[in-house]
Amino acid sequence: MWITVKDMRKFKEFIIEKLILICGIASIFFVVLIFLFLLKEGFSVFNTVSPFNFLFGKSWYPISEPPQLGILPLILGSLLVTLGAAIISIPIGVGCAIYIAEVVPGKIKEILKAGIELLAAIPSVVLGFIGMVTLVPLVKNVFHLPTGLTALSGSIMLAFMAMPTIVSIAEDALYSIPKTYKEGALALGATHWQTIWRVMLPAASSGILAAIMLGIGRVIGETMAVMMITGNAAVIPDSILAPVRTLTATIAAEMGEAVVGSEHYFALFAVGIVLFVISFIINVTADLCLHKRQ
Amino acid sequence: MFKKGLFILVMLAFATLSFAGQGKNSIQIKGSDTMVNLGQAWAEKYMEKYPGDFIAVTGGGSGTGLSSLISASCDIAMSSRNIKDKEIALANKKGVNPNEIKVALDGLAVVVNPANFVDKLTLDQLAGIFTGKITNWKELGGKDEKIVVLSREVNSGTHVYFKEHVLRKNDPNSKEEFVPSALMLSSSQAIADEVAGNSSAVGYYGMGYISAKQKPVAIAKDEKAEYVEPAIENVVNGKYPISRPLLLYTNGAPHDLVKKFVDFALSKEGQDIVLKTDFVPVNK
Repeated sequence: MWITVKDMRKFKEFIIEKLILICGIASIFFVVLIFLFLLKEGFSVFNTVSPFNFLFGKSWYPISEPPQLGILPLILGSLLVTLGAAIISIPIGVGCAIYIAEVVPGKIKEILKAGIELLAAIPSVVLGFIGMVTLVPLVKNVFHLPTGLTALSGSIMLAFMAMPTIVSIAEDALYSIPKTYKEGALALGATHWQTIWRVMLPAASSGILAAIMLGIGRVIGETMAVMMITGNAAVIPDSILAPVRTLTATIAAEMGEAVVGSEHYFALFAVGIVLFVISFIINVTADLCLHKRQ
Repeated sequence: MFKKGLFILVMLAFATLSFAGQGKNSIQIKGSDTMVNLGQAWAEKYMEKYPGDFIAVTGGGSGTGLSSLISASCDIAMSSRNIKDKEIALANKKGVNPNEIKVALDGLAVVVNPANFVDKLTLDQLAGIFTGKITNWKELGGKDEKIVVLSREVNSGTHVYFKEHVLRKNDPNSKEEFVPSALMLSSSQAIADEVAGNSSAVGYYGMGYISAKQKPVAIAKDEKAEYVEPAIENVVNGKYPISRPLLLYTNGAPHDLVKKFVDFALSKEGQDIVLKTDFVPVNK
């Protein structure tokens, strides 16, 4: 009797272990498959255009004969919108994290945290729509622009999307600093602000850096909102008040038309590779930051 | 637990398969966003008339419709542009033989904000605006304001038609392109909204989208010709210079249910619906 129960248990554990193993392998397997597919489809574009002309070409006319497939305006568009979003969301996000982790009393803390989680729950298409009817006319009137569909509008809207990520991870990082650091600083006579600025922030810096990187990663991959409010003009932007076309919006807007197997189709996959490489770099950087902390 | 879940999953898969598989008296129509309202209106009336048949209409753009026809994932493709040679070649390779049926005409209106003084343009001026050679409204008799050019995305049949017939003036060797700074919007409604709110914008879309918030511009073939408003009678009598056919593509000559639907679209009843959705009938 005892033995059979034990055996059953062992058997069950064996099955569960293997199932978990399969789950673990499956996720890696799918990533590898997706990456291989992306590479296979994307690299075909280099039969028609050289990698240099693809990455640094200045005109994007994918459906003309012959097509002009230069994605420099798209790369710069994505980077500009992301940079703008980072400049807006990092100070606010980190400030908010410090406030939640160090300053605010218990009850308000819970309300704030719930509010930020709510912000993360708003679908990006809704944010894009709100941006289109409220922010775009505002940007146009404030800066006296010919149109409000600009990189700045996109940056502001994306900053909203990056904020929840930045706040929650940065707050975690601050929270996980050993209490003794803070107590030590206060005992030495430092004020609350001095403690935060000189002790807490440096101690949590790698975690905060990781939070920022993950926030930026979210921004650069965002599609729907930027497609709705940045104007999508494939021109090299000369200021943040000019319309831009991002890598993600290009794929989303054009994949419906692209004839399977055409240069355009391959070019969109190659745009996907560029996007993949950019977010890979960002994620690896974030990872390195996190590991450094541990 | 696992087994039960798996069983339910399998049952669900079968249920969806068998639902999708009852294709005998249902057809899928896909394509042009310009035509999606028309297609839906047809489908509704048709299903009222023949309650046993089921017709699903979805948009996505002319290119999307044609690529679905090529991959045999729809029965009829709606398109606001002619099929490209490349697409025909691809279709033939997959054993699909696209067959074109003209079902309606559409006048393309060029619209500006009602506050804009400019109310008539020649085709040359239009080409100048959309290729970026004319950049200020003052050159056209308007205010000293930079022109904001609005266009549809490249998956739009309207975009392709406008480029080929206005920018390139039907010249297959022309290399004219939309000015790179043109804002690419994802729908005709988005263009309508932007024109309504922006006094220096100019855009184009099917006549059906004109409302009191936008001002359609009268167009002339050249300086000596008459300036014509985009209106149904002007498209019918051929005076309005920018009009295009709206097409259905089927795989081979239509038969069975597809033929029944196409015949309905071309009937007096179907063409009345064309008129009601602000397009121009081909059969009077």
